[in-house]
Amino acid sequence: MTKRVLVLVIAAIAVSVLIPPTRAQQAPRRQPGAVYDFDFPGKASGPAPRRSLSGVWEFAKGGAEGIQADGAKAMPSDGKPEHELPFTPEGRVAFMAHKPTYGITQVPSALTNDPLPGCDPQGFPRIVLHNARTEQIIQLPNQVVILYQFNKKWRVIWTDGRELIKDPEQPGWKTKDGPPLEPRWWGYSVGTWADDYTFVAESFGFDDRTWLDNAGRPHSDALRVVETYHLVDADHLEKTITIDDPKFYTKPWVALDKLPYRLQSASFDIPEQECVPSETAKYNSLFANPAAGVDDTGK
Amino acid sequence: MRNRHLQMFSVAVGLLIVSVSSFAHHANAVFDVGKKVTMKGTVTEWFWANPHCLLRFDVKGDDGQLVHWTAETQAPPNIIPSGWSKQSFKAGDEITITVEPVKNGQPLGRVLQVVLPSGKTLGGPIGGAGGAADAR
Repeated sequence: MTKRVLVLVIAAIAVSVLIPPTRAQQAPRRQPGAVYDFDFPGKASGPAPRRSLSGVWEFAKGGAEGIQADGAKAMPSDGKPEHELPFTPEGRVAFMAHKPTYGITQVPSALTNDPLPGCDPQGFPRIVLHNARTEQIIQLPNQVVILYQFNKKWRVIWTDGRELIKDPEQPGWKTKDGPPLEPRWWGYSVGTWADDYTFVAESFGFDDRTWLDNAGRPHSDALRVVETYHLVDADHLEKTITIDDPKFYTKPWVALDKLPYRLQSASFDIPEQECVPSETAKYNSLFANPAAGVDDTGK
Repeated sequence: MRNRHLQMFSVAVGLLIVSVSSFAHHANAVFDVGKKVTMKGTVTEWFWANPHCLLRFDVKGDDGQLVHWTAETQAPPNIIPSGWSKQSFKAGDEITITVEPVKNGQPLGRVLQVVLPSGKTLGGPIGGAGGAADAR
């Protein structure tokens, strides 16, 4: 009998190894019209262009690669010890005050205090650490402009040699035509080429009401974000994002680690994906609130 | 001997199903993850919107009373690649729908699959881990 059970277990293991789970059998998500690495098996790309980021960039391995429901891709909020963030006591208090709908502290969507569902600005870096979608990069002589599909947002990285602002209490450019001093949802960003194929941007001066990601990771007004864009070859770009916030984290941590993008054709048209308050209100009334057992007043 | 092999295969498949379900990712807190309910119903509204499209439909209960269901899908950009569109349904369409229901017993759920009057099936990454992961 024992031998028979053993045979059954071995058979089950063999079947499970030979037949991958259904989810793994699903084709990678495709943004309509986009091309991915799996469209070009075995085909090598040409050399990377020198100091050129311009183009429409989609995730190289599939359209869902940038979706990070459980938090930043390199450090998801999944309870694994290796993904525990180095919170300061103040940072942990801020994290526990957030009520995200995903991650280890998730609540029903009707009970969340996530600013995003109500269409408040997600800001940077959440735009790339949560529901990251196709991006278009426009490289100008004095700026790198990035257009984001998700919620149809954009930001500017200055490359005109200006210094990044230093005082989080009074952020703002020290230029004669600079705007009023105020923290920003999207921060203030400057960038330089570290070498011919690596562009590094640094951002500071953030409004601390935004979340870093969809799992409610917080940041303070001391947040500093470093983005690295590395041109791998003619078709590929890798993005790395490091979070440095000494008020909320005891040491910097990598949130995105060399996430690969693939260059799309010049005719690729990024679809629209807007946050619509009236549609969100109807969704909450018809679904989120009754699913959580509360009425439209949240009680 | 043949029966014994069949028995072994059946158990192996059963164990496989259990092992596959363990791949399931957690989803939104409100859903009864892994549970499936299949119903025949009549579409009353197809709300094409962010953050989730909603399919509303009526199902006749055992007592003859109509139950008004609402089921969510994902946002349009997530389901368009799987063949969904703003024109996928119109009021009055007779459908067979499979949902993952919410835990609290309300007639609410997450769409896993819909069979249209034409026989076409809409599915794709709209429910469970893949779909939930797309939530805004």
